[in-house]
This record gives sequence, structure tokens and C-alpha cells, in this order.
Amino acid sequence: MADPSLSIQKPLVTGGKTAHDVTQDVCSQVEKKPTKEWLVGISISLLCLSIGSYALLRTLWDGIGMWGLNRTVGWAWDITNFVWWVGIGHAGTLISAVLLLFRQRWRMSINRAAEAMTIFAVICAAQFPILHMGRPWLGLYWVFPLPNTFGSLWVNFNSPLLWDVFAISTYFSVSLVFWYIGLIPDFATIRDRAKGYISKIFYATLSMGWTGSAKAWSRYESVALILAGLATPLVLSVHTIVSFDFATSIVPGWHTTIFPPYFVAGAIFSGFAMVLTLVVVTRKVYKLEDYITIRHIELMNIIIIITGSIVGIAYLTELFIAWYSGVEYEQYAFLNRATGPYWWAYACMMLCNVVSPQLFWFKKIRTNIASTFILSIVVNIGMWFERFVIIVSSLHRDYLPSSWAMFYPTFYDVGIYLFTLGLFFTCFFLFAKFFPVVNMAEVKSILATNSEKYLKTKNTNKT
Amino acid sequence: MSCPKGEYCVALFERDEILLKALQEVKKEGIRIHDVFSPYPVHGIDELLDIKRSRLPVVAFLFGILGLALALFMQIGMMTFDWPMIIGGKDFLPWPAFIPVSFELTVLLSAMGMVSVFFIISDLKPWARPTLFDKRSTDDKHVLVIQLSEQKHSREDIQGLLKNNGAEEINHQIL
Repeated sequence: MADPSLSIQKPLVTGGKTAHDVTQDVCSQVEKKPTKEWLVGISISLLCLSIGSYALLRTLWDGIGMWGLNRTVGWAWDITNFVWWVGIGHAGTLISAVLLLFRQRWRMSINRAAEAMTIFAVICAAQFPILHMGRPWLGLYWVFPLPNTFGSLWVNFNSPLLWDVFAISTYFSVSLVFWYIGLIPDFATIRDRAKGYISKIFYATLSMGWTGSAKAWSRYESVALILAGLATPLVLSVHTIVSFDFATSIVPGWHTTIFPPYFVAGAIFSGFAMVLTLVVVTRKVYKLEDYITIRHIELMNIIIIITGSIVGIAYLTELFIAWYSGVEYEQYAFLNRATGPYWWAYACMMLCNVVSPQLFWFKKIRTNIASTFILSIVVNIGMWFERFVIIVSSLHRDYLPSSWAMFYPTFYDVGIYLFTLGLFFTCFFLFAKFFPVVNMAEVKSILATNSEKYLKTKNTNKT
Repeated sequence: MSCPKGEYCVALFERDEILLKALQEVKKEGIRIHDVFSPYPVHGIDELLDIKRSRLPVVAFLFGILGLALALFMQIGMMTFDWPMIIGGKDFLPWPAFIPVSFELTVLLSAMGMVSVFFIISDLKPWARPTLFDKRSTDDKHVLVIQLSEQKHSREDIQGLLKNNGAEEINHQIL
């Protein structure tokens, strides 16, 4: 039965769409020839990917000496990018799993794109630890519990880096499965409309013989709910474990217990910013304004204010605890962050992450597409700098002043970052062309046209 | 899921409320319903079709226990028994360090196990090519299917009943 709340709440999908309109609007993007915008977009992404591939191949051929790392700063762009990409992924899971558990219906028109973003972001993130191994083909023995050639010397389960291997691979697999389960009914919809021979086979294979029988839906819903229940603690654990990479060390500025919640909030913050960047463009190009409405964008901007403020409080708490702890090294680390040679990165982080999201308190700004788009990019720049500040500014002046150094990125550092950006957007463009960008089945279940109220007003208008 | 050969009465409904009302009427008459195919999950249909609550959550739980057991077996086996080493001054059995991997493997096996079982019991496989009674059931119509051969009522009675209860279109299919 149509949910009674549908008659009370403002409709989430506007324009009086019927279920058939939903199918038509979403499937037509898959069925028609690629548009000019799409071709331009994917060409730019492929260009980034190829330039980046050069940097990647040189790194594999010559080793990570091509990067700007030195003996003091042994982690810099690579791990910054790793944490940045993993963080971005978090919003997808938050939207699809946490908002499902909280029965937030507005997730339904954005969850598909957000989950796709999660998967591609995690793929991009994984490149960095793999490349940092230098010789990834030997890395099999370092990351997986396989006995080495000298006997059964195993990997070290005390190491947070190994926890990361398990966390990231579990996160990737579970997100992929969750995304795919949601796609099956929609693939079936495309299958049943497909005209061409190849697309018929392609979507029939992907939909795995879905019929939409009552029993299948009943099981589907229980699978989706359990997966959401599993993904919710999982998403919190992943960034917690990423933060352990730093927090379990004894480096000043890293060795703090605030890291897990602070990283999770930052991850959701940056992830929502990336979702907004992608969604604002997708809705425009695909004319999905009735599905992804200003209200959706406003709600996401509100989450940005909340998480941005949590991140801001975390920065201040860090500063306070550094002073209050009385530990000289800790105090110096934070003083150096704000006033040392990397002060500009710190200032950029504060400005982009703490000040800029506060603009969303103004309703005009948070309901405006242009300002949302700009601020979403500003937030992502800010979050990149946050990781850079945490990593590089803590490392470059360690306990021994004689080994203090600066980090300067080389072309290869930047190139591999470009490679992942190209990879991410290539994947996203392919997804947007060949997969349904909106979860049709879920959106159909919340259509206002389904509710009693809508039909009544429609009938009274007629008479 | 393959359908047995026979005669079927196929009725199409646009809105889920009407479908549910029609289902109630059909059930009252004692007509057995073969299946209902919908473009999205219809709430309240499970009781009408006597679909029992799925036991997949139990499957997920059991796989989760298996994942936890495997994770502990692996970590304790490797770090405590096979090659004990003191790392960072910790015990041979540093159990707090085992929590993250144990948690991740619990979640991984629970999710993968449940989804695999879901695929198997729902007969979802890449090479499956089902024939639908009406292709609009993945678009915007709820398709109610009644197998005629196993009913006491005549074909005309059933069709009339469905028509009176808001079916938009009724057709007769022989498989």
C-alpha cells in the first residue's frame, strides 16, 4: 500500500511523474546515442588517464624514487590521496545504508550515483598503497596472509596497515555487492525495453533473470536491509582503521585518540561534497531536475554544515589538547602547522573546511545550484589539504632537528594523482552512460502520483 | 523461476492499492494465485500471498559467525602458535589488535554468504533468460497471474472478478 506519509510530506519527486515516466526518463539516457557533453567529458577524463598513466608506468619502472619523498617525509602525496579518496567513498555508503536504516526517503534518487562514486573512489584509493609498495608484484606476500619463502613467517596482525588491507577490501566488496543488488531490478527494466541484440544480451546477463515476483521482492528487501545493517558499522570502521594508520604511531600530531571520529566526520563531509559535485552536473546534463530536486541538494548541504562543523570542532579540540597535554612535542607540532613553512596549507584547510561550509546557513546559498557547486569543490580542496597538513606537517619536523626537511612534489606525484582523477571520472562517465543513474524501482515506490491525495486533486481538477 | 505449462489468466494493475484490494477479493473467493510481478516492492503483499518472512537474516548471522571464527583461527594460529614473536612489547596473543580484522572478516563473510544464498535460492544467475507474462511488469504495471487449470472457478468467473476489482487489462496465456 502506498505509504500514508506520502500524502502528508511534500513530494520528493516533482513534476507529477508516473512510474512509466520514471522508466522513460532514466532508460532513455541509456538507450540513446551519447551526447556531445558526454563525449567531451569522457575525452577529458581519458586524456587525464593517459597523462597519468605515463607517471604511473615510470614509477613502476624506475621505482618510487621518482616521487618527492625523502628520508624525513616518507609519506606525502600518496597517502594524502589515499585517505582523500577513501573518505570520498564514505558518502555513498552513508546515503545508501545509513539513510536506509533511518528511513530517509530522499536518499532514493541519489543513492545509485553516490554508491557508484564510492566504488570508483575506493578503486582510486587502492592505487596508492599498491604503488607505494614499489614492487607491487611482490606485495602479495606483504599484504595477504601468505607464508613467505623462508617458511611460515606471516604478516603482522599488530599493524594497522594490515588492518587497512582487510578494511578496504571488505569495504569495496560489500559496497560493490550492495550496489549491484540494487541495480538488478533496474537492469531488468532496461532488458525488457532493449531493442538491439547486444544490449539485450548485455542487460539480460546483468539482470541475472530478475522477474520481480513477489517472493523475489520480499527476499530482495530483506537482503537490502541486512546489507545496510552490515554496511553501517563497516563504513564507520573503515575510516577508523584508516585513522589508526596515524593514531597508533608516536608521531606528534598523529598520536591522538580523537582521530577515528574526526576522520569519519571528515570523510562524510568530503564525500557529500563530491556527491554534490557529481549530482549537480548529472541532473543538469540528464535533465533529472524533477528527481534530484533543490530539496535534495538543500538536505545534502545541511549534512555538509553539520559534518563541516564537527570537523571544525575537531581542529579546535586538537589545538586545545595539544596545549593542555603539556607535551612539548605535541605543542610544537601544532604551532608548526599553523605558523611553520606549511602555514598556507593549514590556512587553506581552515578556510575551506571550517569557514566556507558555514555559508550554507543562508538558505539562499544552500538552495542555489551555482554556489553549491562551487562550495562543493572548495570543500574537496579543503579536505585534500587537511590530509596533506596532517601527514606532511607532522612528519617534516620530527624529533631530530638535524633531519628536518621539506617535501616538494615531483611531476610523478602529481601525475599519479591525475591518473586517479582520470580513472574516477572515466568510470563515472561510463556508469552514467550504460547504467541507470537513478534507482528506478525505489523511486517508483515513492511517487506522489501513487498517493490517494494526488489522485483526488487530479480528479477534482478534472471535474 | 520456471512456470509449469498450462493456461494462465494475466491481469494488469496500475496502482498498488487497487492490486492489494483485488488480491483480497481473489483470496476470499478461494482462487489460488500463481504469482504477482511488480516493478517495485509492494508492501502488504507478503501476507496476502502467504509469503513467509525470509530466513536470509539467519543465513547472514551464521556466515558472520563463520567469518569471525575463521578470522580468529587465522590470526591466533599465525601469531600465537605458528610463529610467535614479540612485536612492540605485546603479548603473543595481542587480542585488541585482532579486533579490526575479526570485525572486517565477520562483515565480509556475512554479506557475501547471504548474497550468494540469495542468488541461489532466487535462481538469479547471469545466463538465466526468464520469460515474463508481461514485459510491462518491470516498467509500471503490477501483473497478477492465476493458473487456470488448478482452480475450481471457471475462466470467465475469474476474469469477471478481476475486471470488477480494477484490473486494467486481462489476457489469457497458454504456456
